[in-house]
Formats: sequence, structure tokens, C-alpha cells
Amino acid sequence: MMTVFSPAGSIRRRLVVILLVVAAVLAGLLFVSVRTVANTAVETTQDAILGAATVAIAEELRGGEDGLTIDIPYAAFSMLGATGQDRVFYRILVGAETVTGYADLPLPDAPLSGLKPTFFSQQYDGDVVRTGAVSRSVLVDGRSQIVRVLVAQTRTAQDVISRQMANQAAALGLGFFVFAAILSIFTARSVLTPLNRLAEAMGRRGPQDLRPVDRAVPTELAPLMQALNGFIARLRGALTRTETFITEAAHHVRTPLATVRVQAEIAMRQTDDDALRATLRNIIRAVDDSARSAGQLLDHATVVYRADQRADELVALAPLVLDVVDSFSPTADMRDITLRVDAPDEVIALQFDRLLIESALRNLIDNAVKYSYADGIVDVQLSTDDTFAKLQVLDRGRGIGDGNSVQLAARFKRGENVGDVVGSGLGLTIVRDVTRAIGGSFDIKERQGGGTCAILLLPLA
Amino acid sequence: MRFLLVEDNHDLGQSVQTRLSLDGHAVDWAVSLGDAEDHLATASYDLILLDIMLPDGDGRDFLASHRRAKRDTPVIVMTARSAVADRVALLDTGADDYVTKPFDFTELEARVRAVLRRRGGAAQTALTYADLTFDPLAATVTINGQTKELRNRELRLFEVLVAAPDRIFSKGQLCDRLLSAAEAVTDNAIEVYVGRLRKKLEGSRAKIETVRGVGYRLTET
Repeated sequence: MMTVFSPAGSIRRRLVVILLVVAAVLAGLLFVSVRTVANTAVETTQDAILGAATVAIAEELRGGEDGLTIDIPYAAFSMLGATGQDRVFYRILVGAETVTGYADLPLPDAPLSGLKPTFFSQQYDGDVVRTGAVSRSVLVDGRSQIVRVLVAQTRTAQDVISRQMANQAAALGLGFFVFAAILSIFTARSVLTPLNRLAEAMGRRGPQDLRPVDRAVPTELAPLMQALNGFIARLRGALTRTETFITEAAHHVRTPLATVRVQAEIAMRQTDDDALRATLRNIIRAVDDSARSAGQLLDHATVVYRADQRADELVALAPLVLDVVDSFSPTADMRDITLRVDAPDEVIALQFDRLLIESALRNLIDNAVKYSYADGIVDVQLSTDDTFAKLQVLDRGRGIGDGNSVQLAARFKRGENVGDVVGSGLGLTIVRDVTRAIGGSFDIKERQGGGTCAILLLPLA
Repeated sequence: MRFLLVEDNHDLGQSVQTRLSLDGHAVDWAVSLGDAEDHLATASYDLILLDIMLPDGDGRDFLASHRRAKRDTPVIVMTARSAVADRVALLDTGADDYVTKPFDFTELEARVRAVLRRRGGAAQTALTYADLTFDPLAATVTINGQTKELRNRELRLFEVLVAAPDRIFSKGQLCDRLLSAAEAVTDNAIEVYVGRLRKKLEGSRAKIETVRGVGYRLTET
């Protein structure tokens, strides 16, 4: 059976997940940095306006002998008002005394640095306010006094702008993420394409195809290809050695056997001694028996191997049957046995390994001929319904006695009534194994009126 | 018939040569592919019996070049391999048929006959004896213009008898020619085929005579 292995994760999934994580982190960073930059820009702009307003007020301060003149310039507030519905507060202190404005407007913690505005944020009157503060010394009554000017503004407009900026940054980040995600899926696919093509090409190969893989692959796959080709070469080498070994073994065993058989035949020709002839006949039969067993064992091994590694093709059954029957006709002819084939004209095709079907067929027909009496008739009938091809091999031979298909198909098991017919007990085992591999059924039974009836049911393509 | 046997194993080659000549065939024996080429260059054969593993090469390569050269002498391969795959490969290479070692000569003969028949049978001519014509390849006897078909065993029996008219053949000798060596022999087997052949020869001056206690012979009356 084909080995089904469970994959340890997917390269594509890993690649996509990693790329998505990277994209998410980058999108997050993008969002944060865009927002920070935008916020800073908004704040800086706002501070500049606030600072300008504060400085404008401070510059309009006039000291004099009768006190301090404060002329709050309208333009200072209109500058601030331009930014929306924010509330504006101010406070002017001479020394530690508030002379005008909101006396509770908080002061900065740090000392002020003249007309260069100091900015700070503070909670005031239920809102966060941004305050700009400057200080200036003014001559009042001939004395130099430190005057501090504070202008504060709520941040509603700034917050609105910040929120808008944040939304835009989020949209940008999300857009970047989606784009990167799509890109990563494409990338994963494109990176894996050579690998997929290679896998596909390997999958398409038949079991007999042991040519090295000759494909242009990316550098990263080169070691894999080298390993693969090395493996294929080793496998091919091993198979070739096995083939050579089997061929040579067969040659070295069968050639002397053939010599023994021919010489026994010659000896038989040259003697009239019945006892000697019987002995020679036994020798010949033993030679046939051993040669046959060896052959059938090898055939059986081949069937078992090929049932695993099938080279499936579309097999037209009728021509194959005719071909096999034809190859048996000289053997049948020797004993005046007539081989008859009855096959319909329509094409009956199976999707299977041709050699396996041929092996099964040969064994069935071989049996029918072998166990037939001289002058007998062997019928091979092929018929079909929608799902199965039915192949029957019928003879008028000695039948199968009390045996049934299960017993007879067991390895090395032969019927009770085989008598002196040469056999290995593997023929029906081969038929059974082939039928199992193709998903069909096999039955052998006594034929009405004497003889054997073997039935193969094979699923159609 | 004239055979070219290509086989490097000395014992087997000699045995096959002897065995075929017992059936009245002429056999030239080559021990290598080069040797076989030499024989083919100087003589013509009805059939080549070819081994696969030879000292100077693979019989299949020889077969392929034999076919490429459009030489049409039929080839039967003697192979040591019996698997179906090998058979298919051999026939694809251009072998007319094959026998698996060890092989039965009755079967070899049957296959040779089938191959020659398929090839159109230019190899053998019809024989005449008394008032009948015998065509071994078509398996027919013609008596007074009337053609009768012979079944395989009748054919082989007649072949043996007609090759040496008036010579007496014992049942044992005829058995050897008719039955495969592995087959069980029943005493009346030969009688059955002699009886059938006599029926086919009815109306001819050729007769199969029973020589009591000895065997049979073909005579002309």
C-alpha cells in the first residue's frame, strides 16, 4: 500500500504567518509614529500662536508714574479665537499680585525666562488647558517690577485635530497591513511555486520511471535535487543489480535443468525399457516442477511488488485476452485442445497495470489447458455490465473436486485431485492477489456437466 | 527443417542439437553471436533458436539488429526468465515466440510450427506419398482432390510415419513423438490417434498397418 504521511506543518502557512506578524508590527509602528509626529506638529503650531498672543500682550504693557497700563490687543485673542470654540483665559501679575484676569489660573512650576514663552499643560476649570507664560520687568512708580503674563487656552480644537490625525494614521496603518497581507500571500505562493512544480513532477512519475530529475530549480532547492537524484540513482543501481542477479541466477539454474531435461528426453528416445522410461519421465516431471515453482515464485513476488507500485494505464481487455490465448494455442494444440474466445465487439477497458491483468489471465488459461483432457475445449468468455467486466475461463477437465476458491488460492495449496499434473500451487494465489489489488472478485467452482469454471469480476475504468 | 541454434552452454547446445536431429532436423550450432553471424552469412535457415545470455553480447541486441537488417528468418528465443514482463519485452524486441528453459520439445515443435504457419510457410513444401498430398504446415492431406484437415496429433503421427514409409514404429516410439515427455501415457493413447488417422486416410492407397506385437507402419497398397 502507498504510505500516507502526515505533513509537519505547512511552509506556506509559516511564511504567511511570519510575514503577517511583521506587517502588523510595522503597521503599529507606522500608526504610532504618524500620530506622534502629527500631535507634535499640532502642538507646536498651537504653542506658537499661544506664545505670540502672550508676547503681544506683554509687549503692550506700559509702566508709568501712576501705575501699569494694560492694553490687551484684540488681535492677540482673535489669533487664538481662530482655532475654534476654545475658551481663553489670561492672568497678569505684578510681583505676586494678580492685577487682572483669572486669579486662580495656575502658575508654572519653573521660573520664566523673559519674553521667550514657557508652555505647560494644566487642569483648569474642568478642562485641560495649555498655558503660555512670559515675564517682563516694567518700571512702575520708578521701581522695576516683574510683570508676568499668562494666557491659557482649552484644547478642544487641538484634540479634534489629533483625533482626525489618529484616525487617518489608523487608516494608513490598516491599509498598509492589508496591502502587506495580500503581498505576503502572493510572495508565499511565488516562493513555493518551484517547490510545488517539483513535487507535482515527482508525483506524476510512474513507478518505473527512474530517470534523474532534470529540472531547472532555484539554488535553494539544488541540494534537495542532488539528494533526490542521488537516491534515484542508488535505487536504480539496486534494482539493476537485483535484475542482473535474478537473470544470472535464473540462467545458471535453468540452463543445467534444461540440459538434464533434454538429455532425459534423448535417453527416452533411445530405450525401450519400460522401467527406465518411467524413471526418465519422473526426472523430466521433477525438472518441470522445480522450474515451474521457481518461475511462479518470481511471478508472485512481481505481482506483490507491482500491486504496491502500480503502473496504471487504460487496458483494453479483449485484445489482451486474444493475445494471451494466442500465446497458449501451441501448448493447447499439442494435446488437441481447442481454445475458444467469446468477446463482445465493444471496447472493455480497465484502468490498471497491464502486466498484472496479463499475469492473472495467463495463470487461469494455463490451469484450464493443463487440467483439460486431450481433445478438450477451453472457453474464454468476456462480457460486461455497466460496472464490471466479467471474464470466465471454462474447461471440461478434471474439475476442482472438493476444493473451493479460498482454499485453492492459498499459497502452495493444490487441489486434492491434481494427480500427476505439474504445478506449483501459486497460480491461483497470483490470480487472487491481482483481483484484490484491482478491487474485483475471483471465484472458481465445479462447472455443471464436469470441469472447472473460473470467474473474474474486474471493475471497469 | 534447418535450424540455427545459438547457445553458449556446451552441454545444452549439444543436447538440443542431438534431440532435434532425432526428429530429423538439421541443426547448425553457434556458440556466440559472432559465430551465429558467420553461419547466417553462409547459409539460410528455417528458424533460429536464440539464447539470451551469450559470451559476446545480449541475444536481444542481436535480435534487434537482425530485425533492423530486415532479415526475416523467424526467431524463437530460449529464455531463462519466465516473468510476464520479460515475455512482453522479448516479443517487443522482435522475437516470433519464446520458450522458457527447461522446455519441452513437443512444445518447441508446436511453437515452431505456429511461427512458420504465421510467417506464411514458405519454408516447407508439400510431400506426396502414394496417391495423397501432405502439407504439414497447413495440416492437411489431399486425397483425390479432397482436402482433409488433420488435428495436431494426427498430423504429427502422420509426419513420423510418412518420413519413413514401411518402417515399423513401436507404440513407445510414437508416444515419444506425440506426447510431451512429462505427460502420463495410457496404453491405448496411440491406438486412438492411429484409429483417427486411418479414418482421415480412407479412400487412399496409403494405409497404416498394425504389425501385431511390434507396432505400426505406413504402406502403400
